[in-house]
Amino acid sequence: MIVTSALIIWKALMCITGSESPVVVVLSESMEPGFKRGDILFLHMSKEPIRAGEIVVFNVDGREIPIVHRVIKVHERQDTGEVDVLTKGDNNPGDDRLLYAQGQHWLQRQHIMGRAVGFLPYVGWVTIIMTEKPIIKYILIGALGLLVITSKD
Amino acid sequence: MHSFGYRLNALLTFAVTILALMCAIASLSDNFNTPSPSAEIQITNINWFQKQPQGNDEVSLTMNISADLQSLFTWNTKQVFIFVAAEYETPKNSLNQVSLWDAIIPAKEHAKFWIHTSNKYRFVDQGNNLRGKEFNLTLHWHVMPKTGKMFADKIVMTGYSLPEEYR
Repeated sequence: MIVTSALIIWKALMCITGSESPVVVVLSESMEPGFKRGDILFLHMSKEPIRAGEIVVFNVDGREIPIVHRVIKVHERQDTGEVDVLTKGDNNPGDDRLLYAQGQHWLQRQHIMGRAVGFLPYVGWVTIIMTEKPIIKYILIGALGLLVITSKD
Repeated sequence: MHSFGYRLNALLTFAVTILALMCAIASLSDNFNTPSPSAEIQITNINWFQKQPQGNDEVSLTMNISADLQSLFTWNTKQVFIFVAAEYETPKNSLNQVSLWDAIIPAKEHAKFWIHTSNKYRFVDQGNNLRGKEFNLTLHWHVMPKTGKMFADKIVMTGYSLPEEYR
């Protein structure tokens, strides 16, 4: 029941927020004390322009894991409306230029996957534990499989 | 139908659903809060104003920032993140927002404050358009809840300008 309802909620969130991954788990302490490791963030991507202060999720070319940080600088072109964006983690001493690709000084719209609009504490720990200690994932799946096999329905 | 496993499953699903509902209601209660924040910023000194080797203007300034943001806090508020940004227009860019200073307010008691500080982050333009530039200083805040929807808003203060000449 939990699994199916979680799946339904996940798919519904994908439709509502219009984003491919509507929920991300916070993996680092770079946004503390606001977001701690294990919190989950709800994302939403609208056509509104990116503005300073928004918390955005972005991918750097060559890195798999998306990063969730705050926009601290915005430069928007007069003619094209395209933006150069600089981000920084609240808890980091410096901005994110060190994290961007070699020679990259700004993020553009295409790098940004969504804005964080809401959050739930602690719920993401399940994902972190399952990623960092895969044995737990196997135990869980094994137990679920056992439940299915042994139920008398 | 009444096995232990089935009952545990039903109980857990119910518990998780109720918890999710409580988080949603907690977040909804934030909508009933009507905040009335106030802020004032004075630029006390332009420390220096130079053109960098790559051709970009940079300015260092000192400000007095005073604000009363106590009305933003509700029981569901974990912290309020605030920052001061300079906003201006140039021939090349329709909007430039450069964050100069930020802080985290962890509790209501700290939300009424006065601070004398130079800019934490470098005020650098894309180009050399800053001489004599008029700009706004906006105080943005981002209310981060214990659970649920985050709120953000700002106060725009106009009428600031940079010197005509480098110094």
